[in-house]
Amino acid sequence: MNTHPKQLLVIIGEATLEKFLVRDIKVFGAHGYTITDVRGGGEHGTRDAEWEGSRSIRMEVVCEETVAERIVEHVIAHYAKNFSLSLYVSNVGVIRKDKY
Amino acid sequence: MDPVVLFFVLGLAARLAKSDLRLPEALYETLSIYLLLAIGLKGGVELAKHPISTVAPQAMAIVVMGLLLPLLAYPILRFFGKLNNFDAAAIAAHYGSVSVVTFAVGLAFVAKRGIAYEEYMPLFVALLEVPGIVVGILLARLHTLKTVRWGELAHEIIFGKSVVLLVGGLCIGWLAGPQGIDPMRGLFFDLFKGVLALFLLEMGLVAASRLSDLKRSGLFLIGFGILIPVVFSIIGATLGTAIGLSLGGTTLLAVLAASASYIAAPAAIRIAIPEANPSLSIGAALGITFPFNLTLGIPLYFEIAKMLHK
Repeated sequence: MNTHPKQLLVIIGEATLEKFLVRDIKVFGAHGYTITDVRGGGEHGTRDAEWEGSRSIRMEVVCEETVAERIVEHVIAHYAKNFSLSLYVSNVGVIRKDKY
Repeated sequence: MDPVVLFFVLGLAARLAKSDLRLPEALYETLSIYLLLAIGLKGGVELAKHPISTVAPQAMAIVVMGLLLPLLAYPILRFFGKLNNFDAAAIAAHYGSVSVVTFAVGLAFVAKRGIAYEEYMPLFVALLEVPGIVVGILLARLHTLKTVRWGELAHEIIFGKSVVLLVGGLCIGWLAGPQGIDPMRGLFFDLFKGVLALFLLEMGLVAASRLSDLKRSGLFLIGFGILIPVVFSIIGATLGTAIGLSLGGTTLLAVLAASASYIAAPAAIRIAIPEANPSLSIGAALGITFPFNLTLGIPLYFEIAKMLHK
């Protein structure tokens, strides 16, 4: 199977950030994203998704490395100080390279 | 104690006892949409029966109260609580805005005792949601007003689900009138108290989870979360009496003044004042003030309203 190298950027954060993240990643050149509702805990405490204030999301973006870098820089600069956030990237192989 | 409050106590006890009871998030969302719409609809139907000349001056006086309450809370939080500007402003915004569910329990309280009230009161709930939040944000950003994205923020506050559903319900009720709403009476009016009970079970679970937040913030916020609602209820009851509300209406206005928002304010404040620690404002509003109001506060505010009405 022929695959093409891309980056999978995963951002896990407070659901409040969703609309801002969706807006921002498009500005930096991402073509699409997938969001799921998640629960978890960390140094900011437990986020159990029981009500509006404790909801979290997991955003996945498959993109070029340069795009992932720009998004990460922006997210760290604007949101990391005041919001619960977790970010990581991994290498993935996509089937249709023009889609991302 | 009203049975609906016992559901809240059950949720509280279940969480404190580390029970695995957990209501699905979708149910929480469904129940809160139902409550907001039902309260709005009932208010809208009643609003249609009253001339605007009666309601408008009352509404204006109540909005002024909504603007003043956070201005009273802020210096107390700043100077007695030694909180920073952002945390003080955020908490002031939560206490300046109102809790719809506390109002719903207040409604159940006056209805159970057969006390008459102005049934268009949900209009005041919708009106009181916004001013406290705006004043809180202004307090936090007084020195950096240019950095506030007002358009984005106005959208967040005005089109947040609680205002949309309350105002939407009010408009639908007002336009449809009693006959138009009658076929929906079974769902929106008759089932109201049962749904409120279920929602309060969930809120008991949530409130108990928030108690741990307060361990870090100390005694000041616990005292604040109990004393400020009582002081604010006296302001609400005094205003209610002054603008000619009935005993039931005065009690409900006292309940509104004493309540702290946990739907509209947390969402707007998290965006507008991200520097503020949300566990302080939500811990106090949900962990202390909400349980206090439901159990001891509402009967106390009724007594205050009665004294002022003599």
